[in-house]
Amino acid sequence: MSRITVTVDGTKYEEEVEPRLLLVHFLRDRLGRTGTPIGCDTSNCGACTVLMDGRSVKSCSVLAVQADGADILTIEGLAGSGGWHPMQRAFHEEHALQCGYCTPGMIMASIDLVQDNPDPSEEEIRSGLEGNLCRCTGYCNIVRAVRKGAQELGAAQ
Amino acid sequence: MTDTLPEAEIGRARRRKEDGRLITGRTLWTDNIQLPGMLYIAFLRSPMAHARITRVDTSAAKTQPGVVAVFSGQDLADEQGSLPCAWPVTEDIVIPDHPPMAVGTVRYVGEAVACVVATDRYKAADALDAIEIDYEPLPAVLDMNEALAEGATPVHEGGNRSFTWQFGTGDVDAAFRDAPVVIERTYVQQRLIPSAMEPRAVVAQTDGDTYTVHSATQIPHVLRVMLAATTGIPEHKLRVVAPDVGGGFGSKLQVTAEEVLALLITKRLGRPVKWTESRSEGNLTVHHGRDQIQRISLAASADGVLRGVKVDLLADMGAYLMLVTPGIPLLGAFMYTGVYKMDAYDFTCTGVFTTKMPTDAYRGAGRPEATYAIERAMDELAHEIGVDPLEIRRRNWIKHEEFPYATAGGLTYDSGNYEAATDRALALFGYDKLRAEQSDRRDRNDSVQLGIGVSTYTEMCGLAPSRVLGSLRYGAGGWEHATVRMLPTGKVEVVTGTSPHGQGHETAWSQIVADALGVPFEDVAVLHGDTASAPRGMDTYGSRSLVVGGIAVLQACEKVKENARQVAAHLLECSPDDLEFTGGAFRVRGTGAAKTIQEVALATFAAHNLPDGFEPQLDAGSTFDPEAFSFPHGTHLCAIEVDTETGESKIRSYVAVDDIGNVVNPLIVEGQVHGGIAQGIAQALYEEAVYDTDGNLLTTTMADYLIPSAADLPDFTTDRTVTPATSNPLGVKGVGEAGTIASTPAVVNAIVDALSPYGIRDVAMPCTPERVWRAIQGGTS
Repeated sequence: MSRITVTVDGTKYEEEVEPRLLLVHFLRDRLGRTGTPIGCDTSNCGACTVLMDGRSVKSCSVLAVQADGADILTIEGLAGSGGWHPMQRAFHEEHALQCGYCTPGMIMASIDLVQDNPDPSEEEIRSGLEGNLCRCTGYCNIVRAVRKGAQELGAAQ
Repeated sequence: MTDTLPEAEIGRARRRKEDGRLITGRTLWTDNIQLPGMLYIAFLRSPMAHARITRVDTSAAKTQPGVVAVFSGQDLADEQGSLPCAWPVTEDIVIPDHPPMAVGTVRYVGEAVACVVATDRYKAADALDAIEIDYEPLPAVLDMNEALAEGATPVHEGGNRSFTWQFGTGDVDAAFRDAPVVIERTYVQQRLIPSAMEPRAVVAQTDGDTYTVHSATQIPHVLRVMLAATTGIPEHKLRVVAPDVGGGFGSKLQVTAEEVLALLITKRLGRPVKWTESRSEGNLTVHHGRDQIQRISLAASADGVLRGVKVDLLADMGAYLMLVTPGIPLLGAFMYTGVYKMDAYDFTCTGVFTTKMPTDAYRGAGRPEATYAIERAMDELAHEIGVDPLEIRRRNWIKHEEFPYATAGGLTYDSGNYEAATDRALALFGYDKLRAEQSDRRDRNDSVQLGIGVSTYTEMCGLAPSRVLGSLRYGAGGWEHATVRMLPTGKVEVVTGTSPHGQGHETAWSQIVADALGVPFEDVAVLHGDTASAPRGMDTYGSRSLVVGGIAVLQACEKVKENARQVAAHLLECSPDDLEFTGGAFRVRGTGAAKTIQEVALATFAAHNLPDGFEPQLDAGSTFDPEAFSFPHGTHLCAIEVDTETGESKIRSYVAVDDIGNVVNPLIVEGQVHGGIAQGIAQALYEEAVYDTDGNLLTTTMADYLIPSAADLPDFTTDRTVTPATSNPLGVKGVGEAGTIASTPAVVNAIVDALSPYGIRDVAMPCTPERVWRAIQGGTS
């Protein structure tokens, strides 16, 4: 067992974990942060994407011990006192989700994408989200939502 | 009270009520559930496609840390029963015993043979390694034609033919006799993996007397009945809950081994248990879709007017018949005549056992297969007589003034306008310009060729008239139920028997209620997916929810309104006939007197002053059983660029004009169309479940089974035409499967069109770069 200290959505946790424990299982099973779902076991689908020290990672391919000392932001920590994050609002407005299972990962990945590229083209969004799979939407509205989220984030800055 | 009427909710692009919890991570997926003392189940699965189990030793596994119990199929043989097949399509169908965990013989890779129950999911998985199983291999049976041949290894004692089902109208021999043009083609519908983003999960618990099962299912109501029938736990002691469910596409229209076993294990151990599949496990063991070999023949006059169609189908059942496995090809049986007129039609389908994962419903279920075959074959007919694919369709389709039309497929299409949908699609697509570019690229012998694909589809929705299902030997009806409850404060609860898993029923049903009862959209809550709170239902599949369930909601509202009218009349001291209901209030004609429905609800709750004999409640339920199917249709056009040097295809533009009748929420409809098109494109270009020659599934991960990403798909241009359905009071037709049904042939027709200068008339799906490239090499040699 290893002792790790991780901040998740603003709360600091000190936990003993098995070295093999995946970050996503740490979040879900140990901390009860079930907003981050698991869609596959080969890091292809991206449903479990979270931000680790500000960058998107697939939390199924990070060990909890690798997150020692890190600051993790999940979908559950995204909305602030002012309400939903602009990217959350954009996904709602553009109907960019149906079953919603990919949505937490899709939103977190989109936020990272827009951090790197504040004004992405449709093609840049499509290639930037290649690692996040959605089975419901056909992606058209996701692309629109990311454009809109990017614009609103840009306007807010 | 306001005199200006609120905007009609039906037809409005309301943002979804469901979204809040989904975009903030406050969703209740089944795997989120953690209960005190909960145990975790892990399954040991067969590595052999076909083998006798000669020895099972679970003793070492039982001593592993954290292990509470280990069960083999034999251990549960007396109580696990047989997984149900609810659709015995013929009298003499062979339905083999289907134990949830294998006893004696395994028949596909991934079949459960034993399971560990442990204190956490890692320990359960660890202990699987300590279970010893010996197998005596038997030959794998993978090819349907070989499976039916003399001397083939039988998958089950009764042989490999499960059933042969036939249907026909008219004199098909006469239609083909001396026909000037006969087209005969064979198409392969490859095996697909539905791949809902949420893997399956089940949580079962008991208080020693009653049982609760949470499952990632589309069918909590059907599941409850079937779990009771399979396990012997009385139905009234069993509650089934479908909490938030992350997609289904038919794959969660099932009664699974894992659901039955979780229930039996919680019964044995008296503790709550959870099982959540990994994606790799899911690719092996979530039922697969499609997998048919279609032989289709068209007879036509010299100018391409259809005389008849014959279809001979082999449908791979896999190793067992699951809930509706044998019925899937029948759902397509009536659709091979498509939008076309002809004198005669003949359909034969044989269900075949192989040593693969069973097949069952996958988005469209039978209708995409049928539409693919007829739409591909119509292109072949056009090519044969040398006319444009659109022209061959115009010569044969049912004209708008001919509805209602009794088809050779045995259905009566109530409404439609194929001309209007096609005209609109052509305008959006720029057909003539693209044809000119195609011609130019051909003339230049450009390495990138342009193909244009057409699909003019129709489908049957609104599953289904119970009498029709009965005549097809289906084990249940096709009605749907809703209850509408007026709460004392004037808010409304709708209890629906539909079970949404992405479709937005909470939003759409609220819109229906808001219009029917004149209450604000925000004042309506929709309860679903829990047999304790929503006891009656037939669940969500087959594009049925709005067309059947939505109508039940509307009808229940009408009953509530009539109840309220009695109370309002009493309060206003007039006859109920003197009241008109507008803007959420009963108004006495010719006077200013009125009572809002909220006032009536409160007065009914107080019950101080009600009509004599009136029961103090307004609530009402309604069960709608449609008289007929509905028939969405539309025209999809695809332009695709094919790089003839690499074989790579890239969709340049995609236009879909669908006629799904009236629309409750255009935003939700557009989303359904987008997603449907994407899934149909995926079949055309990317996806295939591949088994090797020993019967091992090679596509067990999302790295091998290619679900398209955003980078693989284009933007879609969508529009609608509207010819309302006549089979229900909202005039709606259903939209869940339309995109998937239409798009696969549109894309493959486009690829074949691009390659036709090379003499290529078919490319097997999925049309991968390798397949296209090989076709070109073969075609030019």
